Amino acid sequence: MGSFLDSINLAFLIASAVKIVFFAFMVILPMVAYSVYLERRISAIIQDRVGPNRTGIPLTLLGFKKDSHIFGIGGLVQPLADGLKFLLKEDFTPAHVNKFYYWLAPAIVMVPALLTAAVIPFGSELDLSWLTKIGVDGAWLHKPIKLVIADLNVGPLFTFAIASLGVYGIVLAGWSSNSKYSFLGGVRSSSQMISYEIALGLSIVPVLMIFGDLNLSKITEYQDANGWLLFPAWGKGAPWENGWHFGRWALLVPVFISFIIFTVSMFAETNRAPFDLPECETELVAGYHTEYSSMKFALFFMGEYAAMIIGSGLAVTLFLGGWSIPFAPWLGLDYKAGATPAWLGLAHIACFLAKVVCFIVFFIWVRWTLPRFRYDLLMKLGWLVFFELALANVILTAALLMYFKI
Amino acid sequence: MITLNHYLFVSGILFAIGLTGVVARRNILTIYMCLEMMLSAANLTLVAFSRFHLTDGLPDYNAQALVFFTITVAAAEVAVGLAIIVALYRTKHSVDVGAVDNLKG
Amino acid sequence: MPAPLFYFFSLLMLIFGALVVICRNPVASALSLVVSFVGLAALFISLDAYFIGTIQILVYAGAVMVLFLFIIMLLDIRAEAGRKPNMLAVVGGIALAVIFLVQLGSVLSKNEMGNKTVADVPINYQTAAQVQKLDTIKADLQNSTLPDAKLVGQTLFNRYPFQIQLIGCLLLVGTVGVVLLSKREVN
Repeated sequence: MGSFLDSINLAFLIASAVKIVFFAFMVILPMVAYSVYLERRISAIIQDRVGPNRTGIPLTLLGFKKDSHIFGIGGLVQPLADGLKFLLKEDFTPAHVNKFYYWLAPAIVMVPALLTAAVIPFGSELDLSWLTKIGVDGAWLHKPIKLVIADLNVGPLFTFAIASLGVYGIVLAGWSSNSKYSFLGGVRSSSQMISYEIALGLSIVPVLMIFGDLNLSKITEYQDANGWLLFPAWGKGAPWENGWHFGRWALLVPVFISFIIFTVSMFAETNRAPFDLPECETELVAGYHTEYSSMKFALFFMGEYAAMIIGSGLAVTLFLGGWSIPFAPWLGLDYKAGATPAWLGLAHIACFLAKVVCFIVFFIWVRWTLPRFRYDLLMKLGWLVFFELALANVILTAALLMYFKI
Repeated sequence: MITLNHYLFVSGILFAIGLTGVVARRNILTIYMCLEMMLSAANLTLVAFSRFHLTDGLPDYNAQALVFFTITVAAAEVAVGLAIIVALYRTKHSVDVGAVDNLKG
Repeated sequence: MPAPLFYFFSLLMLIFGALVVICRNPVASALSLVVSFVGLAALFISLDAYFIGTIQILVYAGAVMVLFLFIIMLLDIRAEAGRKPNMLAVVGGIALAVIFLVQLGSVLSKNEMGNKTVADVPINYQTAAQVQKLDTIKADLQNSTLPDAKLVGQTLFNRYPFQIQLIGCLLLVGTVGVVLLSKREVN
């Protein structure tokens, strides 16, 4: 893969298209729908309610005795019902809006959120050579397929670059709506996102210093062999396998600071509670999407959840070992370049998704537990605490790396 | 095929568009954006030369370092420039360059 | 980069670049410039400058243009409706651009060195790996990948350490200056 663009040929294009369809449309979008459901159920549990538990396939309409509930769990069809409701609502465009930008804004929110998925490795590699046994044949089968859409050497930077384009959607939504609530929401949101981008970017500098690489697949492979960044318990990370060298454990201090800054900044970037001031309903009705209805509103809503999923994916990849299975080298479940069996490749995908789901549950849990910040406190936290802390953290990491000669 | 000249000419066109904007437009914000465009056109030239001038088998990274500096300086310049524009707007209530003629004899 | 992609991104960049100048609404100008910069970043990437391309989007499209948009919206600058553009300036600007382009074209048409394609000057990873001193970069180069962020960093910190610090000071001065400039005078 000398130059990414040289490797473009038909097989590559087909493989990429399949990966894009699989990851973006068959994983992320259903995950968006189901994280909304998850959010409603978890918030209900936290607030001691029941939540949506009755939606099933309405067989009673067809004369059956009972509605069908998938897996016997009520409410699992709720996302479908939500989606249908969004589609069927009246798509109302207020008269005072700036039409072109008003229509453009929801798309600009949604697209970058999905684009950033391109560099996140969602599995190690998939060996497809078993397909030859059932009669399919081709040269492309004999090389395992890497499960990342674009294996770029500037992975995290690319994610931040594309994610920063999402601000435009929100700014435009706020401005084009020509309404004071929308405008205030848009202004708040964009300044919040710009401010926290700095903390977000600086917080991963120590991580990149430790790995010495910007390629997310290589970062994950390293963690698979040598212990997760936040959980160095095997390989080079574990003192007992490494001549009682405690360097990686000492590095846990800056890594943990990084992780906290990264997670909190991610909350602010995705406009989630406790930093959901842009859409803070007690002050601003609904912030930048006050004037939106129907599917256009749904796009904002889905954009927020998609950004949340990608953010979780990035956090999992950088700090929690991505697709790697815990204690993989001990269990023999580690990634071996070019020789990973197909079932292990699938297990890696499952492991990645499981970690992301856990992270999403954490996101939701925080939202329904913590009260909302005040806006000036939010800015103070970003500029006066996290910015300085992240900078000091870079120096601390450098000092530790020098001291332990890692 | 795409040669170095293609890149240079495209960058030249972008520079020319920026130049036209700076001369023809009177909105100070647009003039500023056109300046950014001209800087970026110069960056494209630098990166193109860097790719076509191999040293030890690699692109010439001195040029890319220069691009890095240019982008940094441009970002600082935009921040200061926009602050000046805001101050100007407060006193003149206009972003037209024609409105700033206090020193005209 | 395949030729169709080059033409697509160049046209994207140039058309939206022209729209920046043509649009009378500052918001439209700013957004066109964002699209133009995205096209430019794609051209950077076609020249194997991944890091610069990403930085171009991150800094220009992600931060600088948002600032522009922010200022336009906060000052509530509307389109300059009704006012005629200064015809002399417009004609002069276009004439300048045409003269510049004719000049450039005549220079480039005689530029024999410029007839090389990217394929004519392939990156030679093995030679590069032999002279490379840093182990991580060497390993990447031996695998025939271009660790271009690392190489930019290496150049910056090995060759221009003083300039880097100078830039840091410049940013600090800029920050302080902006705060001072945008503060309202309190009496």
